[in-house]
Order: sequence, then structure tokens, then C-alpha cells
Amino acid sequence: MIVASNLTKRYPGGFEAVKDVSFEIVAGQMVLITGHSGAGKTTLVKLISTIERPTSGSLVVNGQNLSAMRRSAIPHVRRHFGLVFQDQKLLFDRSALENVLLPLQIAGLPRREAIRRGQAALDKVGLLLREKANPIALSGGEQQRLAIARAVVNRPTVLLADEPTGNLDAESGAAILDIFADFHRVGVTVVVATHDQSWIERYHPNVLRLDHGRLL
Amino acid sequence: MNTWLSLHRAAFASAFRRLWATPLNTLLSLLVIGIALTLPAFGYIALDNLRALGSNASGVQQISLFMNLDASKKDVGEIENRLRQAANGKWRFVPKEEALKRMQASEGMAEIVASLPRNPLPDAFIVDPANTEPEALEILRKEIAGWPKVAHVQLDSAWVKRFDAFLRLGKLALWMLAGLFGAGLVAVTFNTIRLQVMAQSAEIEVARMIGATDAFIRRPFYYFGALQGAFGGLLAAALVVGALRMLAGPVGELAALYGGTFSLRLPGIVEVVLLAGLGALLGWVGAQLSVSLSLRKFD
Repeated sequence: MIVASNLTKRYPGGFEAVKDVSFEIVAGQMVLITGHSGAGKTTLVKLISTIERPTSGSLVVNGQNLSAMRRSAIPHVRRHFGLVFQDQKLLFDRSALENVLLPLQIAGLPRREAIRRGQAALDKVGLLLREKANPIALSGGEQQRLAIARAVVNRPTVLLADEPTGNLDAESGAAILDIFADFHRVGVTVVVATHDQSWIERYHPNVLRLDHGRLL
Repeated sequence: MNTWLSLHRAAFASAFRRLWATPLNTLLSLLVIGIALTLPAFGYIALDNLRALGSNASGVQQISLFMNLDASKKDVGEIENRLRQAANGKWRFVPKEEALKRMQASEGMAEIVASLPRNPLPDAFIVDPANTEPEALEILRKEIAGWPKVAHVQLDSAWVKRFDAFLRLGKLALWMLAGLFGAGLVAVTFNTIRLQVMAQSAEIEVARMIGATDAFIRRPFYYFGALQGAFGGLLAAALVVGALRMLAGPVGELAALYGGTFSLRLPGIVEVVLLAGLGALLGWVGAQLSVSLSLRKFD
């Protein structure tokens, strides 16, 4: 469960990207964070995933208050999240499988077990046959699917995505939507920041609508 | 425990792969580190050989005890007892008759000795003390000088003191040199790691976002620095051994010209391991400094 109370993020210079936002996301929900460009969607995703720390307010995930957490504890909290970025943040000096293995290496899984789970994650997103390919050789849609495989390989409780279909054509975008829906169906909490309204029409998720940093 | 081991094994393997991935860079870095460690290591072994040479040189660090001319056999026995009780190394008695024979055998001395009305030489002892520190030798010399029927005690203490002062000066210079080159090694590692952090900034950024701890990020760099330092230390040991082997022949010939024998001591396995360990430690320190500064931009 994710509970935000009066969450505010003010960047150096005084710009408030998120203002006094409160919401509650129940475990297993699919939630869409929508709003126009600059509404604060990305900042909210970064706050939930502890990439950014709130200026004020509190954010509690699975009973842990992330706002008051020590810096050294943050990496361990991040492992409960599967993060998918609009620009994927893939590593182009290694194969698709090696990209997926990174979270498992961080968790200290033995290599053999990590490979088994990495291949299973690639299989889930339909990329098992491309495991040896360098990400640069993959299409935009495939790269995004690879990013999803990396996000879910560690079996996170929350899958967080920031504009995962932003750079994709309609067909590839729809395929990505289906993958998120599949994970939601098996109980994973899915939180997606997007301005793509087709999500709402297809999956009727809970919606958090932001405007100039405020929740409408 | 398994997770901890797995993380360290992976970090070590990653560091090794990075060394192997850029062989030319690695070779050049190892050369710089190797040469930086060679000079103090060679200096240490050279000083040690010099100390051994000084200890082995004939007459050096020996005490000559000359008895009174009227000393009886009983007096000589008393001195033998005292030397035995003192247990200060080895000693040898030289009777006055033997000393005279040796003198006669010397070139041009036979006639002079024959013209003497009686043997002018005293009984003597040559003492090789176990403790050859200048201060210990001086204490022993004073003690022996106070024994009965001892006419004169001779210790070339000035030579010993000069030699010891020279060795101490050499050691001090060596420490300064080692400190200087050690700092150089730290600087080389610092720079190598800084470049690596820059090259891997994308991986570090992603790893942090998906839950990598500081330790996970830092560990491969530490291992890299330590491995590079250790290999540099081994290279330095090889260079020192090579240089000493090249010098062994000429040094032996020089010793033979002075009527002695001397063989250079090569570094032992413990010293090689220590050199590699020192290199690893300095590499680790350089990596730690570099990673701490370089990773600040990711905070």
C-alpha cells in the first residue's frame, strides 16, 4: 500500500513540481497518473520510487515512511519497485540478458539462478530469442519490453513506469499496455505516469490527475 | 553469507574483466606502478645486501682483546671463563707464540723478529659479538677493558659507527623515496579509477536507481585498484630480481678481487608477497579516495 500525505516537492530555485498531494494506492491496484506535460507526473513517480525526496509531507510504502528514511536504507527500498523509464536507461555495452541480470546481481543472486530468472523475465516480454542481442539492435518497442523485463525480474511488489509508451508507435504502445495489464492481473501494483488516454479506455484503472503539481 | 560471498565474487570478477578488457592501458598502468615500487624495493634489498657485506667484512665488528705481557695461563683461563659466561657470540684465543709465527711469516718481518731478544707480543682473544649494534659493541668493549690482566681492547668503533650511520641515512632516504613513490602509486590508481567511473557513469546511474547500495557500486573499483596494485608489486619484484641477477656476476668478481666471496641476496617469497600486498593496499587507498570523490556527483 502506498499512502501519500500532503506531499510537496520544491526544486532548488523555488519551483514546486508537486504541491500538497495526498492519495492512497491499495496493493494490487492499477493506477494511472495523468496530466499535461509539466503537471508533475514524473516528479511524483520519482518521489514514490525514492529517486527524489519530498520537501515536505510524508510517503508511506508498505508501512515504511520513505520521507523519514535514512539514506543508507533507500537502496533496499528501491528493490521493491520495478522501474520503467521513458528513455529505458538500458546499458548498451552488454547483451539484453546482461541488462536484465543487473537487479539480480545487485541482490547478490548466484549467477546460475540469476540467468534462469533473467531468461524467464525475457520470455514473459517475448524477448527470449533476443537474449544475446545488444539493446542497440532492438527496436523501440523491444527496448521498452527489455526495460520492463529488467523491472520485473526481481519480482517487485510495485511496478512504476514513467511514460513507457511515450516514444512508441500505437501498435508497440498497445503491446506494452498489455504487458503491464498482465502483471496487474497477477497481483502486482502497477503505477504508470502517462498522458496516453488509451490506457483509461482499455483498462479502466484508478486515475490520479495532476495539474500544475496539484491533484485534481 | 552466500549473498555476501556472491557479491564479492562478482565484484572481483568484474574488476578482473576490466583489467583484461583494456590490455594496453592495463600494461602501461602496471609499468608505472611497477617502476614506482621497484626503486624503493631495490633500495631496500641493496641496503640489506650492504649490511650483510659490512657484517661479513673481515675485522669489522670484531673486538680484539690483548692481555698483559706478564699474564699467566691461569689469567688466560680466567678470561676464557668470563667470555664463556658472557656468552656474547664466538671467540678465539690467539697465543702469543702463534702471533709471533704469523708476524714472522709476514713479508720482510722475519729478520726483525729474529733480532728481538724475546717475544714482544701478548696473548690475545678475537671476539665476534652476537649483537653487532654499535652501542652494544661499545658496552662490551668497556666491560672487557675492566677485566683483570687485560692490557688493551680494540674495537674499530669509528668505522662501525660510520657504517651504521650510513645505513641509517640510507634507510631514511629509502623511506622518503618509498613515501614519494607510494603517493605516486595512489595518484595513478586515483586517476585510473576516476576515468573508469566516468566511463561507467550510465551503469552507475541505472544501478543506483534500481537499488544498488554504495558498497555494490564501490566494490569493483576497490578490487580493481587492489588488483592493479598487487600486479604492479609483482612486476616490481620481478624487476628487482632481474636487476640483482644482472648485478650478481660483477659483484662476485669485485668481491673476488678483494680476496673474499659475496653473493647478492635476492628477495624471498615473503618479501615478494609483502611487496604485492603493499601495492594492493596502496591501490585500494587510491581507489577509495577516487571513488569517494567521483561518486559525489551521483548523490
